[in-house]
Amino acid sequence: MAEANRTTVVEPTGSVLEQQAQRRQETTLQRVVGFCRRNPVGAASGVAIIVIIAVAVFAPFVATHDPILDADFRALRAEPSGAHWLGTDDIGRDLYSRIIYGARVSLFVAFMAVMVGDLLGAAWGVATGYTGGRFDMYSQRFLELMMSFPTLILAMLLVLAMGAGVWTVIVAISVTRVPLAVRVVRSVTLSVKENAYVDAAQAIGASGTRVMVQHIAPQCVAPWLVLATAHLGSVIILEASLGFLGVGVPLPTATWGNMLGGTAAAGLFPRWWMVLFPGLAITITVLAFNLFGDSIRDVLDPKLRGRT
Amino acid sequence: MHKYILRRVLLAIPALIGLTIIIFLVMRILPGDVLTVMFGEEGTLQLSEDDRARIIASLGLDKPIYLQYVDWLQDIVTLKLGQSFWRSSSVMDLIRSRGPITLEIAIVSVFLSWVLGLPVGILAAMKRNSALDYAGRFFSILFLAIPNFWLGTIIVLVLVLTFQWKAPLEVVNIWENPWQNLQIIWGPALVLGLGQAAYVSRMARSALLETIHEDYIRTARAKGLAESMVIARHALRNAIMPVITLSGVLLGFLIGGSVAVEQAFGVPGLGRTLVFAFLERDYVVIQNLVLLYGIIFVVTNLLVDISYAWIDPRIRYS
Repeated sequence: MAEANRTTVVEPTGSVLEQQAQRRQETTLQRVVGFCRRNPVGAASGVAIIVIIAVAVFAPFVATHDPILDADFRALRAEPSGAHWLGTDDIGRDLYSRIIYGARVSLFVAFMAVMVGDLLGAAWGVATGYTGGRFDMYSQRFLELMMSFPTLILAMLLVLAMGAGVWTVIVAISVTRVPLAVRVVRSVTLSVKENAYVDAAQAIGASGTRVMVQHIAPQCVAPWLVLATAHLGSVIILEASLGFLGVGVPLPTATWGNMLGGTAAAGLFPRWWMVLFPGLAITITVLAFNLFGDSIRDVLDPKLRGRT
Repeated sequence: MHKYILRRVLLAIPALIGLTIIIFLVMRILPGDVLTVMFGEEGTLQLSEDDRARIIASLGLDKPIYLQYVDWLQDIVTLKLGQSFWRSSSVMDLIRSRGPITLEIAIVSVFLSWVLGLPVGILAAMKRNSALDYAGRFFSILFLAIPNFWLGTIIVLVLVLTFQWKAPLEVVNIWENPWQNLQIIWGPALVLGLGQAAYVSRMARSALLETIHEDYIRTARAKGLAESMVIARHALRNAIMPVITLSGVLLGFLIGGSVAVEQAFGVPGLGRTLVFAFLERDYVVIQNLVLLYGIIFVVTNLLVDISYAWIDPRIRYS
């Protein structure tokens, strides 16, 4: 009797779920189409980002030369031509290929730094906002201190202390992201935790961790996503600045910043293509991330529309 | 008012002490000892025992760690910040000779950002969705994406190719030769100012748009004031607050950004000195200059807070 009951209950639920899933799939597609129609700029920048990421991932197939080893000594500082589409650098390496491979490093550093720094900041922000009290006060003071350093100088200091390398650059940059992420997520947490459903969860005996993970964190996702996308652009510039100053990812790795700084460090005056193309790569990528960030902010957080 | 200022000044003191602690910890505690940082791993192995001991002692690193910190605090208070390891100049010499240029660049670029950014932002808000509004927004988005050191390098490149321009080799202060001094600072100041103008115009536009819907603006219009008067006398006063906050925040970006831009233009300012110190791993110089940058940041925020209370009489923190 009981078993028969269960089957009759389970079956319709399954089909309803399937229907719901189907409907959700449709709406996702419709949502994407709607987003493109209302936000042509956002859609275009989204496509640009996908192309840039694809180029970075498939760099060996897109590039024409090896970025480090392929130094053509018969074509030092050569102008853009059929053999070298964007010219060559001081020791005859193909600029086009170096920019393609540079996208790999720059994007990898940017994504990792934003993931590490902003996720850590988010966890910290939820914890400090929910817990409150002395922990919150000390956290706030500490983060204010971290924000008292210009980001570039803090990153330089951390790279110096840890030794240069891809991962130390990632860690150094991610540290500069933490305070901003904490600030945004904490303020969301402070307002969300006043909701009745948080009281209800506490009343039925949910642990603090459970309330934070199940009930508060989901509310922070949208503002966090807006912040993280905005950070991607600024992190790419930060990484390029470190490379330009000669304190970023060590040579001979091709990064966009290294390419801009390398010639000056060698004491040679750069030719125009050595300066123009790597900088254009940075600008286009950052522009794409910023425009995309602006449009997803409009979608996720209409209240913020029009603010910087 | 005086009480409020005094309280804010006193509150900045723990922040400054915190700065020294963080810098000290980062430079002493993180993996890798001072010698490896300064000479590299191979270089350290080549040093003899005696040399090592001598260098450690000359940097004061043979003392217990809390004494090292107390020594540094004492140095800061007495303004004896020690010597560059590789050069004969002391840190104070460097600050005194290189500091004014960087300060000048910062001030001029903040000024430029207001002169360029405010009118664009105000006009964009007054004529919303006009061609000017779109142009302003386009350029502000574009300038946020252009790395300032790259823009600097391009300007230098163009100048060199067309005018046989040469990078300034030595510091010329404004009181020595204003014309030459201007030639040194205009480049970095313009690049930094343009970047900041993008933020300023964006912020001025959105702040003004918010203010324009207030009741007292409608009243001002209703009593027949000219639109320019409504904006200048009524709306702008409230819209200016977020712009001031922003400029305070931006000054931090600017101080950091000037490091890369000075490098791009080859301007011998404090930022370039800091970069050289990093490249040469000049321990003492780095430690003290980073602290100086932090202090400037804290003091700027303090001034922004105080200017709030001064500009907006409604704000009285007690």
